[in-house]
Amino acid sequence: MAEEVQILVTCDKDVVTARQQGRATALAAGFSNSEATLVATAISELARNIVSYANRGTVTVARLNGHKGAAGLKIVASDAGPGIADVAQALRDGYSSSGGLGLGLPGVRRLMDDFDIASVPGSGTTVTVTKWLK
Amino acid sequence: MQVPILKQGNVLIATIQAALTDADLLELRSGLVQQVVRYRSSGVIVDVTAMDVMDSFASRTLLEISRMIRLRGADTVIVGIQPEVAFAMVQLGVTLEDIPTALDLEEGLAYLQQTSRSIN
Repeated sequence: MAEEVQILVTCDKDVVTARQQGRATALAAGFSNSEATLVATAISELARNIVSYANRGTVTVARLNGHKGAAGLKIVASDAGPGIADVAQALRDGYSSSGGLGLGLPGVRRLMDDFDIASVPGSGTTVTVTKWLK
Repeated sequence: MQVPILKQGNVLIATIQAALTDADLLELRSGLVQQVVRYRSSGVIVDVTAMDVMDSFASRTLLEISRMIRLRGADTVIVGIQPEVAFAMVQLGVTLEDIPTALDLEEGLAYLQQTSRSIN
């Protein structure tokens, strides 16, 4: 069973909306303020990547109320942008193709528990991250 | 969401009052630099107590603000980074490098008074 919210991300205001929505959902799911800030920070980075590289996409925040498994929060950031040619390179600290700080994706990986990326050059990128309730 | 900039003697105080978009942060950057020039300020305090998240863009913009103001011969202090924001910044891997930080406005002002080269 999962309750989810989807935010359309097309500009910097949507980046703020997405991370605020993520924080609220994390707090409602029982995460501490500190953990909710980690989630909000990760969403901020993922949503900004969407605006910077793909112009538009979506961020989906879903509560995982695992009947068998653990409870947590799953974030899916998805776009139909240009995709990432070299995913391994994009996951290395210090790499950025937009002149940024280059710690978007590796940083997001450290903020969350599970991290998964699927990117196809020419058809888009989907990053799925999960934070588990401990 | 515009960030109010207050002038107190030789010091400018910018108090962030809510979550800022990237455009708001860039506006803060240009506003602060313009006012440092206009008032010949010797110090700037940016109070980030109300910031929900300090991500890579926000950290980079604060660094740029500090460097631009440094070139005008003035010092910048960041005050009020919340514990959970600091925790997330470390996990994310962002730093404010050499920008001085202080617990709150009062300590920020005290820091600027110590380092100030102006007669005040």
